[in-house]
This record gives sequence, structure tokens and C-alpha cells, in this order.
Amino acid sequence: MLDLRLYMLQRLSALVMAPLVLGHLALMVYAVQGGISAGEILARTQGSLGWALYYGLFLVAAAIHAAIGLRVILAETLALRSRAFLDLFTLAVGAVFLILGLRALHAVTLA
Amino acid sequence: MLDGPQTLSVSIWRGTGTTGAFQSFEVPRQGSQTVLDVVSWIQQNLDPTLTYRYACRVGMCGSCAMMVNGVPRWTCRTHVNKVDQGGALTIGPLRNLPVIKDLAADMDPFFEKWVKAEGLFHPARTRHEEVARVDPASEARRTADRAIECINCSVCYAACDTVAGNPDYLGPAALNRAWSVVNDERDAGRAEVLAAVSVSGGCHNCHSQGSCTRHCPNELSPLDSIAGLKRETARSFWRKGR
Amino acid sequence: MIALAHRSHPLWLAYLVHRLSGLGLALFLPVHFYMLAMVLTDPEGFDSFGLWTQNPLVKMAEFGLVFLLAAHFFGGLRLLALEMLPWSGRQKTLAAATVAGAFLVAATFLLRAI
Repeated sequence: MLDLRLYMLQRLSALVMAPLVLGHLALMVYAVQGGISAGEILARTQGSLGWALYYGLFLVAAAIHAAIGLRVILAETLALRSRAFLDLFTLAVGAVFLILGLRALHAVTLA
Repeated sequence: MLDGPQTLSVSIWRGTGTTGAFQSFEVPRQGSQTVLDVVSWIQQNLDPTLTYRYACRVGMCGSCAMMVNGVPRWTCRTHVNKVDQGGALTIGPLRNLPVIKDLAADMDPFFEKWVKAEGLFHPARTRHEEVARVDPASEARRTADRAIECINCSVCYAACDTVAGNPDYLGPAALNRAWSVVNDERDAGRAEVLAAVSVSGGCHNCHSQGSCTRHCPNELSPLDSIAGLKRETARSFWRKGR
Repeated sequence: MIALAHRSHPLWLAYLVHRLSGLGLALFLPVHFYMLAMVLTDPEGFDSFGLWTQNPLVKMAEFGLVFLLAAHFFGGLRLLALEMLPWSGRQKTLAAATVAGAFLVAATFLLRAI
């Protein structure tokens, strides 16, 4: 169900996210003080290439990591053995995460 | 005189294949009594049709493992007073394996995976050549040493929830053996072993739950062996792309 | 419970925390992305949600999410260390540190947010 390639993808995406998560946690603690508003978010991130790259990398890694993670949970919980189905599931979930993520990224940085 | 109840209430799994139920027996308690002693006493005194497996009785052969109060154990070296719950024992066949009858599990899938993981010696020399010399103090030999004393009892395999969720997963024992083969300087099949443990049921499915290492009666650490395989296969991934 | 007796040790619990926190985060991710996109598509809607987060129940949910992220983060570091570094015996210590660290981050968040 997990071969070497999927394993490496899962671990590499985790390594990429490790420093990004710390930054994200710190930003959240900072940003939610006194509430949060659309204007406040946009003021920080809009037109910023730095934030776009930061969260772009984050969301690609998160989409890969979550898709493979859900694949494992699905396979083990339901004892699924069909590789073709699991591959399709992984790709579909990854694609949905990626599209929703890019849409959000576009909204807060580039639009 | 023994402390506590003088009689053990023993529930034993009876049945063939996928059907069966627990049956209750009363067994007199004795000093230094092992779980295997209890099972043997029932078979010799109460029900001669009880099926179970054992051979050496001294923790070498690995044939007497069973589930005892929910935990896989080598029954010949497990004292009753260490595991009973107020004089109660529940004894079943090993988990994660098909049942042949009563307490005898079918070990075929366990050993088939052992072979699938290439957990066997791949000789590099013929009998006409000199015997290879292995330095007992070398790093590789000491790493192999830590994994070598496996008695094939399948306790780790029964303890593993990754095996339970993924029937193709090779399991801790086979992967532990593969790791000792990888660290054997005389072995010529290192690449084959690393390829065999990298397939979709291979070492990368391990979630490091650690139940294998927790319950191994010989105090080996399949958890560390599998981590070693993950490291070596990752290294070969960067070198060869697979 | 006898059927689960083989699981009652720290590493198995660390696995359970990692799996449940990962599942929770994966399910939250689409909601999170959808909400962020609202900043552009429906800023008033987003801000009304923002006001709504003054609600203590929602505050608890936010605390839970940060806890999930912290638990999964520290648990993941534990796994990476376990797999990449050839050590043994210190796993229990690290498993404990995982939970402790998660609590620390989550508690900081809660204290600052209140």
C-alpha cells in the first residue's frame, strides 16, 4: 500500500513543512489577537510574493502529505488492497486539496 | 502455600478455522507454574482433544506462543503469577494468523512473508573457497547481533496492528531478519533484500507503534531493525532512484 | 479491555495521537481553504465569521485545531528522528516530550487568545 516512493514523498513533504508549521503557528498566535478580519489578512499578504511563495510551498506539501495520509487510513481501516483504487483516491484527494488551496492562496495574495 | 486463589479460572479458545468459542476450565494452582503447564494440565487431565503446539519448553524453539489475557506471549517461559488477573487466564491462538484448531495457529503466512522479505542467506562463496572472516567488533556485525536471536515465535507478528490492518504487510519478524541479512558482510544479496522490503507491503508501512519490540520475548527490537531498513532504502533511493 | 491489552504502552498511544490528529487536520484543510477564499469572494461573510469566533465554543474549536497541529508536528518530528537517526531507548522520552510540547504551544495560544 505504501511503497518506497510514496514513503519518501510523505517524509519529504513532512520535512518541508516542519519549519513552515512553526512559522504558521507563530503567525496564528500573533494574528488572532484582537480578532481577525478580511481587511487585516489582505493588508498583510496581498501583493506579497514572499507570502505567496511561503504558503504556496506549504499548501503543495500539505496536499501531498494529507492525500497520502488519508490513503493509508482508508486502506488500513477498510482493509482495501486494490492499488489502482488507492492510487486514484490519492490523486483525487491531492488534486482537490491543491485546487482549494490555490484558490485560497490566490484570494489572499495575488488577487 | 501460594498467595491468592488456589484455583485458576481458565478460558480457552476452542474451535477450528473461523468458528469457535471460549471454554472454561478450573485448574489447580502450583508454584512456578507456567501458562504452558496450565494448558498441558487441561489436555492431560480434563480434555485430551485440546490442540496446542509446543516443543522445547525452554524458550528456544518458538512454537508455544499464544495470546494470554490479550497479550501474545511465549507460554513456556511465562509464569502464571506474572500474568493472571485475580486467578483468571484467557488463552487464545496467536492473533493475525488463521486458526487450525484450538490454540494452534497456522504459521504458513508468517513464514511465507519471511521468504518474501528475502530474509535468507545469499551466499557469495563456494565450499572450495576459504571461510569468510567476520570481525565480531565491526559495526555491521554488532548491528546484526542485535537482531539475530529471533526464535520465529510470531509474538511480534501477533502484536502488530499494522499487520492486522494490512494483510500484505511483511511484519516485524520477517523485516527484522531482512535487516540482519543486510548487515551480514558475507551476504551477496543486499540489493535484492532492499528491493524486497520496498514493495507495497514492505517496511515503509510500519507506523512505529512498537508493540513488536514491547512484546518480543527475546527482547529484540524489530522497531529499530525496521527503522534501519527505512534508512538504508532511503539512502539507496537517493543513489539509484528506487 | 482484554482485546486491546497488547496496545497499552506509550508508543502505541503516540501512534494513536498522530493518526487522529492527522485525520482531523486533513478534514479541516478544505474548510480552512474555503474560508480563506472568502476573504476575496465574500469579505463581509468572512468578517461575520470572524466576529462569530468571539464565541467561546468556537474559541475551543480553534484551540483544538492548534492542539492538533502541534501534536501532529511534534509527533512527526519524533517519527522522523526515530526513522532517520539510529538510536533506541529514548523513544519513550520523546513520546512524552511530544505531548508536553503540544500542550505548551496550545496553552500559549489559549492564554494569548483569551
